[in-house]
This record gives sequence, C-alpha cells and structure tokens, in this order.
Amino acid sequence: MLLIYCPYCEEERSELEFRHGGDAHIARPTNMTEMTDEEFEAFFFLRDNVKGLTFERWRHLNGCGRFFNAARDTVSDKFLTTYKAGLPRPDIATLRPAASAPVETYEATESDAK
Amino acid sequence: MRKYSVFAVAREAMRGHKGWEAQWTSPEPRKEYDVIIIGAGGHGLGTAYYLAKEHGITNIAVLEKGWLGGGNTGRNTTIIRSNYLYDESAGIYEHALKLWDGLSQDLNYNVMYSARGVMMLSHNIHDQQVFKRHIHANRLNGIDNEWLTPEQAKEFCPPLDISRSARYPINGAALQRRGGTARHDAVAWGYARAAAARGVHIIQNCEVTGIRRNPDGSVAGVDTNRGQINAKKVGVVAAGHTSVLMEMAGVRMPLVSYPLQALVSEPVKPIFPCVVMSNTVHAYISQSDKGELVIGAGTDQYSSYSQTGGLQIITHTLDAICELFPIFRRMKMMRSWGGIVDVTPDRSPILAKTPVQGLYVNCGWGTGGFKATPGSANVFAHTIANDAPHKINAPFTLERFRTGRLIDEAAAAAVAH
Ligand SMILES: Cc1cc2nc3c(=O)[nH]c(=O)nc-3n(C[C@H](O)[C@H](O)[C@H](O)COP(=O)(O)OP(=O)(O)OC[C@H]3O[C@@H](n4cnc5c(N)ncnc54)[C@H](O)[C@@H]3O)c2cc1C
Ligand SMILES: [Zn+2]
Repeated sequence: MLLIYCPYCEEERSELEFRHGGDAHIARPTNMTEMTDEEFEAFFFLRDNVKGLTFERWRHLNGCGRFFNAARDTVSDKFLTTYKAGLPRPDIATLRPAASAPVETYEATESDAK
Repeated sequence: MRKYSVFAVAREAMRGHKGWEAQWTSPEPRKEYDVIIIGAGGHGLGTAYYLAKEHGITNIAVLEKGWLGGGNTGRNTTIIRSNYLYDESAGIYEHALKLWDGLSQDLNYNVMYSARGVMMLSHNIHDQQVFKRHIHANRLNGIDNEWLTPEQAKEFCPPLDISRSARYPINGAALQRRGGTARHDAVAWGYARAAAARGVHIIQNCEVTGIRRNPDGSVAGVDTNRGQINAKKVGVVAAGHTSVLMEMAGVRMPLVSYPLQALVSEPVKPIFPCVVMSNTVHAYISQSDKGELVIGAGTDQYSSYSQTGGLQIITHTLDAICELFPIFRRMKMMRSWGGIVDVTPDRSPILAKTPVQGLYVNCGWGTGGFKATPGSANVFAHTIANDAPHKINAPFTLERFRTGRLIDEAAAAAVAH
C-alpha cells in the first residue's frame, strides 16, 4: 500500500484515504462539438501509459477531499513529489523522493514496532 | 520432436529417464526472419505455432525479455469460460474454448484443461438481471450458460454458504459447465515445444529495445540487447508492456497497465469441485490439481509496472472468500504475486494491423486473456500471414476508439475474468 503526502493536509497518509484520478496536466477541450474524431480519440482514449516517471492526479477523498498532483515512478511506485493542483509540472531534476512528515497512520506505527 | 505417449513413459521408466530430450532449444538469433513475435507468453508462442502449422511460415523468432511464460501467462488464475455478452466477444472466446477442448492432443502436451464448470454468484436483483441477460445472449450464440437457484448452486459447490444470514446472501448463480481451468505453465511450454519442433526459434533473455523502420515507414526489424534482427513482419504480443513497445514505433495506445494479484493457499485434499466467481464482492476461487486454493484479487487503482500490488487488495478478496466459504477461514495462504495487465477502455482486446505497415498488435487482454490463448493466437497468426484479419478478430481493431464501434464488455462483463 502506498503512503501519500497530501500537499493540503501537509501529512503523509495511507493510500486507503485517496483515489487515483488519472493523468495530470491534461488540457480538457473547450470545443468538444468541433473536435475531429482523431482529436477526440487522442484526448479521450489514448494514454501515454509511461513506464518510469509519470504525472498523475490524486484526490484525498477521505481526508480534505481535494485534488492534487503527483510525480511517481511507475516501476518502483515511489513518489518523487506531490504538489497542489494548478501548479506547473515541477522540475524533476531538482527533486528528491517526497518529503516525509511525521505519520500517525496505523500502518506506520505498526511497522515501527520492534 | 520425440512424441510423448504412454509407451515413451514406459520406455524411459526402463532406462532411468535418461532419454528425454530438451523440450525446445535455445538457438543464436539469425540476422533475419520472416516474422518476429515480441513476447513469449501463451499468445505469442501460440501465434508462432499456428503460423507454422496452418500457414507454412516457419522462419520465425519469438523474442522474450525474460523467460518464456514468465509474464501474465505464468501468473494467472487460469479461469476459462466463453459466456461474454456481445456477439464479437462470444465469437473469439468461443473459438478459444473449442480449441481448448482438443489442445492437449494437438500439441501432444497435457495442458490439463479441465471443464469443471465456472459458476458466477448473484447477490442482488441487479446481478440477477445482468446474468439472465447474459444467459439469453449466450444461448442465442449457441454458448451454454444456465441459471441456478441458490440450492442448485450449493449442490454444485457444497462449500458455498447460501444461508439467509450470510453476510453476502446469494439469490442464484449463472453456470457455464464447459468453463474450467488449465495448467498455465503447460500452455506456454506446450506451445513452445510444438513451435520449436516446427523450426521456430524461441530466444529468451532477449529484450526488444527499438523497432526499426524503412524509409517508407514500414517495419524493417527490431533492436535487441542481442543485436539487430530484421523482419518485414513484427507482431507485438507483450501484454502489460505493449504501450512501451508501440511507442518505439510511434503509436500511442488506448491502454493503461495495472498490477493484478493472485495468491494460493497451502495444498489440501480435494475440497473444491469447480470455479466460483463473485463480481459483486470481488472474489474468485478454484482448487489446483496440486491441492492449493487459487484465489484472484483485484487491480490496484494506479498504473504501474512494478509487478507487485497493495496488500489491502488481497485482504479485501480474502474477506469475501471467508464470508462465502466459512470452511476456509483458518486456511493459510502460502504465496502471492502480481502481474501487469494491459486494460483497454472497453475491456475488449485489440488484435489488429496498426498504422505501421508490417507491424501487428495483440494486446488489451487485461485481466482476462488466458482463456482466449488458443483462439487469439490462432486468428492473430491468420492476421499476420494474410496481412488481413480473420473474420473473428476483424471487429477488434485499434481504430474502434476513433470510430466509436466499441465492444463494450466494460459494462457488460459479469466479472473481470
Ligand atoms: C494475477 C492474474 C490473474 C489472472 N487471471 C486470469 C484468469 O483467471 N483467466 C483469464 O482468462 N485471464 C487471467 N489473467 C489474464 C491473463 O494472464 C493474460 O491476459 C494472458 O496471460 C496474457 O497472455 P500474453 O501471452 O498476451 O502475455 P504474457 O504472458 O504477459 O506475455 C508477454 C511477454 O512479453 C514479454 N515482453 C514484454 N516486453 C518485452 C520486450 N521489450 N522484449 C521482449 N519481450 C517482452 C514479457 O516478458 C512477457 O513474457 C490474469 C492475469 C493476472 C496477472
Ligand atoms: Zn488532504
């Protein structure tokens, strides 16, 4: 199970509180009725499905309820960072794995037990 | 290839089993082949086999980045059935089911196909309506599927709890008696041995890293960690890695790759006579011939190539199994693992030509393609050999996501498998 840092709550919480929201930074069309079939297909059905660094949306559904974005490596499933919705794609070269704040989830305390 | 038979077993028993030959060889790759298949899972190996057997093309290489059968083929829970809703799906899954029937004889390899029946549990009025719709649609297509009362379901599968006080009460079930299971590894090994016997090169530890194109855009061959290999026809049969390979040819796919997990219990004596699936509480279970309970869990919610999934997905399934079959509450689980499944928007596969001349793709089987292995391989071989689809796979195009002619099992499939 993933541990996810919510940039609004400023806390790392268990994946159970979150819903995955698909690819991030997609400009949704404003002229749906004028789009060609090719354009609609590319927007609606085709996916990069990246092996490696991907940018995606998450929603802290059972927490603050807000959408935010994340950069994650789909091979290791490690988050490089999470950031608030509306912010631009971060410069990955400068990033270390997501900051970990004190955690209070059951899972975390469990794994600390000796 | 030396034939397997009762006489061969007797002969080898007499001489200390020293005469068995390797089931396939590991040749050095040639510079050029007529056809390259990328991915030595059941679908890829089967494609090579049918190309050789039915289309007389034997100068074929099957390139595999790991070991053959080490992808989803060797990781799946082996449920076989053909009771899908739409005519197109019924066509391809039923084609496969008919081939399963004679596959062991055809390959001279015991794939242990066992038509023990696949029963899908209905828990509420919506399940009941959907299943009955399936049953009627299946029957119109000549596919067996029948409605059972809870009592009949219990008779068919005695460990099932049908009491009214059960946490997930059962109001009936749909049963496909010809459904069942097969031995996953044997399917890969059987196709590999039979294809190699017809001259197909199976090249393991050979990862494709690029797809080469001619100036006119058509396929010229592939780059691999063992050098460049040429071919005018290349078939991509790489399940969870399809997007990565197709990107090498500049084709963006309607696929997302997700982890999907399964697990097995400690082996016990025969207790579970059939396959049971429950869509509503997401659990499916059968017992292998070794005695292990084979249990399938769900996909994770995020895309991943990690081949591992979250533990909560497994425990969720075990919760449901323990409620449906209280008898298994104290059973110990032995191993769990994950595969990476390639899911399409309409949950139907793609077996088709691509915008690149000479490049073919067989993918999108997602969480449920093992059952289709012989049928898929058979019509995909036809597609490659003739540069045109067989009528069974003609609807499973890549263009359907542009034209809108979806085969929308996403909403219709009784359960993921
Ligand atoms: C846990 C689990 C349970 C399942 N349960 C069922 C079930 O009960 N019933 C059912 O019908 N289906 C089930 N499925 C789905 C089924 O396993 C797949 O649809 C099917 O096995 C796909 O077969 P394949 O030959 O296409 O792919 P695979 O067997 O995955 O073969 C693809 C091969 O391509 C290779 N490859 C990838 N990239 C490269 C590269 N660059 N170069 C060379 N080789 C490459 C891989 O290593 C792999 O061996 C399940 C899947 C999983 C993971
Ligand atoms: Zn939050």
